[in-house]
Amino acid sequence: MFDVNEIRKDFPMIQNRPDLIYFDNGATTYKPQPVIDAVLGFYNGYTSNVERGDYETAVKADKAYADTRKIIARFINCDPKEVVFTANITASLNQIAWGLGRSFLHEGDIVLTTEAEHASNLLPWFRLEKDLGIKIEYIPVDHQGVCHIEDVRKALNEKVKVVAMAHVTNVLGSVQPIREIAEAAHEYGAYVVMDGAQSVPHRRTDVRELGVDFMGFSSHKMCGPDGVGVLYGRYELLQKMEPVFLGGGMNARFSSDFNIILKDAPEKFEAGTPNIEGVIGLGAAAEYLMSLGMDNIQQYEKELRAYFAAKISQLDNIEFYNPDNLSGPITFNGKGVFAQDAAGYLGSKNICVRSGNHCAKILHEVIGTDQTIRASLYFYNTKEEVDRFIEAAAQISLENAVSIFF
Amino acid sequence: MSQTSSLLNDPMILRELIMDHYQYPHNHKLVEDERYRSVHMASDSCIDDITVQSRISGGMIEDVRFDGVACTISTASTSMMTDLLKGRSTDEAKMIIGQYFNMIENKEYDPDVLEEAVAFQNVYKQANRIKCATIGWKAMQQMIDESEASE
Ligand SMILES: Cc1ncc(COP(=O)(O)O)c(C=O)c1O
Repeated sequence: MFDVNEIRKDFPMIQNRPDLIYFDNGATTYKPQPVIDAVLGFYNGYTSNVERGDYETAVKADKAYADTRKIIARFINCDPKEVVFTANITASLNQIAWGLGRSFLHEGDIVLTTEAEHASNLLPWFRLEKDLGIKIEYIPVDHQGVCHIEDVRKALNEKVKVVAMAHVTNVLGSVQPIREIAEAAHEYGAYVVMDGAQSVPHRRTDVRELGVDFMGFSSHKMCGPDGVGVLYGRYELLQKMEPVFLGGGMNARFSSDFNIILKDAPEKFEAGTPNIEGVIGLGAAAEYLMSLGMDNIQQYEKELRAYFAAKISQLDNIEFYNPDNLSGPITFNGKGVFAQDAAGYLGSKNICVRSGNHCAKILHEVIGTDQTIRASLYFYNTKEEVDRFIEAAAQISLENAVSIFF
Repeated sequence: MSQTSSLLNDPMILRELIMDHYQYPHNHKLVEDERYRSVHMASDSCIDDITVQSRISGGMIEDVRFDGVACTISTASTSMMTDLLKGRSTDEAKMIIGQYFNMIENKEYDPDVLEEAVAFQNVYKQANRIKCATIGWKAMQQMIDESEASE
C-alpha cells in the first residue's frame, strides 16, 4: 500500500518545515531518515577509507561500499561491475563523452542528440566537435518535446556513432522512446547514451531492457546524498574506455618508467578516495525507493501530476506549456510576469519552485519563451499541497510580484 | 523637495514606479555608434541578460541606454539608473552609485540623491535578488572606471 502520509513521516525536512511546499524535486530531493542514518552510521560507527582494509571498520566500509554496487545493479538491472561511482551525472556524462572521443570515435563521426537536452548532455559533446571534428546533429522533437522513432530512423546513417538523449527531459518532461531508439541505433552500430537524471528517480529503469550502452544519473535527485552519481556502461565497453582521472585506487601497478597498468572497470574509473558516505547513502536511497516500489512511485506521481495539470489549466493568469506530457514537471509562466518574479512571489508564500532560462532553441520555438517556471513533484507531495499551490498561483500578477519588496 | 520625498515614502507609489519602469523602460534601445561603450551582463542566476551602453566624454555621461531580457527588479532598476545618471559628471555618478549600493547593502545612504531609485530600499531583505537590483548599476560603474582608465 502506498500511503503518502506514512511516507512523509520518513522525511525530516517535511516534518521540520511543514510550512514549505517543496515542488523543486527536479533540482534536488529531500532525504528520508534511512539515508541520513546510513550516512551518519558511517560517520559515527565505521569511518575509514575503502580498499585493502586490514582492520574491522575498514573492512566494514569496504563491504558497505561494495554492497552499494550490488544494490544499484539490482536497481537498474545490470552487473555490479558495470556500476561506476562518480560525483554526479554531469561527471558521468563527461567521462562517457570524453572516453568515447578518446578511444571510439574519429573525425567526421556523428553524435545524434536533441535540442531538448540538459547542458550536461550537450557541452561534453560540443567539446568533441571542437577537439576531434566530431559532428553534432539534432533529431527533431514535436510540440511537447517528444522525439519520434521515424525521425530517429531518418537521422541515422553509417556515420552516426553515438545517440545521446535523456529518457525524460528536464524542461518539459517529455518521455523519449529510448528502447526503440536504441534498437534502431544498434542497427547502425551506434552507441546509445542515456541521461537518466530525470527518469531513474521516478520510474523503473532496466538498462538491459532499454538496451542502452551507457547511462548516468545523480543520487541527489533520488533521495540520496549530494556529490554522488552513477555511470553505467556495458562491461566490455567500460573495459575498452579510458578513465578521465588517473591516480590512487585505480591502478594495479605502475613503475618509474611510466608504465601504468590499470585495474579493471569499475575501479579504474574511480581514482582517489571516493565519496564513501555518499555512496553508502545512495545505496540506502535505492533500497528505500525499491521498498516503496518504482512502479508505485510512477503511478502515484502520474495521478498527482494529472490532478495538478487539470487544476492549473483552469487558471486564466497562467500559461501552462506541457499539458500533454504525463510525467515530469509542470512548466508554466504567469501571464505578463517574468518567470523569476513569479517564482519569487510563490517563494514569498513558502512555495519552492524554480525559474530558469533554457538556452535550447527548440524550446523557444515550442513554447515561445526562454524563461519558465517548473514545479516538479516527487512521491511525497500531496494533493493538498497542489491545492495550496493553486491558490497561490491564482494570485500571480505583476502587482503582487512587485509587492513582495514592500 | 519635501513633497517629493513624502511621495517617495509611500510604498504604493514606489511599487507603481517599479511596475511602470518595467512595463515601459526608459532609454531602452541600443544604438550602433562607436562613441558608445557597452557592457553585457548576465547574472549568476543565468536568467537576467542585459546590455548597457553609455557615451562618456570629457568626464560627462552624455547618454545611457540598455536592452535585454530581465526581471522586474533588473529592468526597473536599470531603467531608473539611466534616467538618474544621464547628463551627470562621472564624479557625481560615482557618488550616486555609491549611495545606491549603500542602500542595497542596508547601510546609511542619502535618499535625496537616489530619487525614484529608493524604490529598491527593501531589496536587501531578499538576498537572492540583490544581483538583480545591481546588475545595470554595476555595468555603469564598469564603464565609468574604463573611461577614467583610458583618459
Ligand atoms: C536531464 C538532466 N541531466 C543532467 C542534469 C545534471 O545533474 P547534476 O547537476 O546532478 O549533475 C540534470 C539536473 O538538473 C538534468 O535534469
